[in-house]
Amino acid sequence: MKAWQFTEQPYYPAWDDTHESLRNSLPNRHLDPKFAADLYERYMDEWELCDELGINISINEHHATATCITPICHIPMAMLARNTKKVRLMSIGSPIANRPDPVRLAEEIAMIDCYSRGRHEMGFVRAGPFEVWPANAQPVGQARRFYEAYRLILKTLSTHDGPFSWEGEFFHYRAINIWPRPYQQPYPPIWFVAITAGPGAWIGEQRVKLGTFLTGRESKTLFDNYRRTWLERGWGMPPIDNFGYMGIVGVGATEEEGKRRAHQICGYIRTGAQIARQFFNPPGYLPTQAVAAGFRNSTRKDYVPAYATVVMSDGSRVYQKTASMEQLIDAQVVFAGTPDQVFQQIKAYHDDVGGCGNLLMMGHGGDMNHADTVDNLTLFAKEVLPRLQALKAPDYELDPKPAAKAAVA
Amino acid sequence: MLTEPVTAKLTVGALSIELIDRGRGRPIVFLHPGDGLDPQAPVLDRLAARGRLIAPYHPGFGHSDLPGDYNSVDDLAYFYLDLFDQLDISDAVLVGVSLGGWIAAEIAVRSTARISQLVLANPVGIRTAKDETVVEIADVFTLPPAEVERRAYAEPAKWVRGFDQMSDDEIFVVARNREAYCLFAWSPYMHNPGLRRWLHRIRIPTLVLRGERDGLTAPDYGRAYAAAIPGARFETLPGAGHYPHVERPDEFAASVARFAGLT
Repeated sequence: MKAWQFTEQPYYPAWDDTHESLRNSLPNRHLDPKFAADLYERYMDEWELCDELGINISINEHHATATCITPICHIPMAMLARNTKKVRLMSIGSPIANRPDPVRLAEEIAMIDCYSRGRHEMGFVRAGPFEVWPANAQPVGQARRFYEAYRLILKTLSTHDGPFSWEGEFFHYRAINIWPRPYQQPYPPIWFVAITAGPGAWIGEQRVKLGTFLTGRESKTLFDNYRRTWLERGWGMPPIDNFGYMGIVGVGATEEEGKRRAHQICGYIRTGAQIARQFFNPPGYLPTQAVAAGFRNSTRKDYVPAYATVVMSDGSRVYQKTASMEQLIDAQVVFAGTPDQVFQQIKAYHDDVGGCGNLLMMGHGGDMNHADTVDNLTLFAKEVLPRLQALKAPDYELDPKPAAKAAVA
Repeated sequence: MLTEPVTAKLTVGALSIELIDRGRGRPIVFLHPGDGLDPQAPVLDRLAARGRLIAPYHPGFGHSDLPGDYNSVDDLAYFYLDLFDQLDISDAVLVGVSLGGWIAAEIAVRSTARISQLVLANPVGIRTAKDETVVEIADVFTLPPAEVERRAYAEPAKWVRGFDQMSDDEIFVVARNREAYCLFAWSPYMHNPGLRRWLHRIRIPTLVLRGERDGLTAPDYGRAYAAAIPGARFETLPGAGHYPHVERPDEFAASVARFAGLT
């Protein structure tokens, strides 16, 4: 198993329960640019530490939010391409259905891949529903736009006898011929992301890597859907390196210290969904039937949507935002405690899901300070990572029956 | 009063749409706003009493098909020109509310061959403000739903139905309407930047009606719309918000009839 450090680069000083929304509508006067500069410098130092520790780096992006001040993941990644020497650099990812210019994105990818001498991994995401507002992206038909952007980016990266033209449903270019071209041939590895089981089959069909985050015990159904597609196509069992899981990781000299760190990182869980209701459901983002079901459910006072819950080992569901540390550990959303405990918890996840070759660890989050972050990452790299690297794919036989239909998120 | 809704299916080209076709006499084509059309709405009978009411559900709304490649109000305008040809209507009164008014204006700049009068009630579809930061039409996709309702109706408590009062099919239609509305009106928001410069092509008598208490469009918006159409009349309808056909069905139908010379 490989490990990748992840942080949202939160601007935690603006976190306040009294704001209805930390995303989209919180005015940026709540951000002090001098403090943001200090934070950027500190977060960059922590990523560079990962290069010394042998932890790969994954970076995402969000827009108009105090939960994440990386609106363009390729900007810090471009710095890291130069300032790191060993580790791989994954964007997880670029919201290609929301960005207006896929060819420009391909240019960024090619530059980062050359700067890093082939250490880049591309991640393409549809992005959260609330992201269509800052991007002003049409939510209806967004999945189709994602797929066209994706095909265009791959053709742009892999065409070396251009220029070629593209007249699609959404994108139009007369002369595509990017300089440079990617260092890795034909292009860097590709990651897609899903947080429900449904897209697993389609992502398997694309033969790209599949990442998921904070899905805990539900990741198995997602991975199984991917595996089933491969077996049906006669491609054999996919390698465990094709799967990635993001869980929250808190390591300490004592169990208490590890859990304290995990609790701080869980600030992400406590704030990530602090957003005005109307931003959760842009028209067309979800299938019409699912939207209608959501409207029906919204009349029930006690209703908690499935996406806001985690599944416990006994099959019950717990509201993620208010779950206890023990519940989040049981749900495999958090790995926390001493190095031994953290290793055993991650190994159990790995075994339960039939093998997962990449841990995308949220090793920083919330208002965790620099000293704790450095200690968390260092302990992890020295005490946990070597044992994870030695993990092999577990013996796993896929249940030949199709998985139960996943709850609509 | 009719006791049952009369919605029928009509196939136009490859497209099957739902429509209401009631009454006799001169055709009155009613184009509904972006939040759809209640087949039980009293205004439908009021209009059907004065002519042949044809109230189609736009492609993507109600149970009307939506072709995968439709992406603008232009498509809806051309679709309706096809529909008018197929029904072979003539001397029609074309009435549109809000999004329906936008569609009606797009139809009329293309052809008024089958239309004699045009009534645009709280139409959207153009931009009149020069200042880029001015919001002329409140963002129904971004404001909290309760705020949209407050702005849309003079008396929201009287007209807004909760999901707990709707059947599963009605809720499905709400979700479907919202999706189609967004497809056609998300960006540029609620307007076609080119429409205003072609409104001079509308050379038939036109009435622009404004619900006096409409809180979704700017106070001067309706008057500016009328000013862009040669000879257009502008009137306000007291006691109504953005949806005068819902809040003041009698007065709405009477305004249409008076303007179009319907008895």
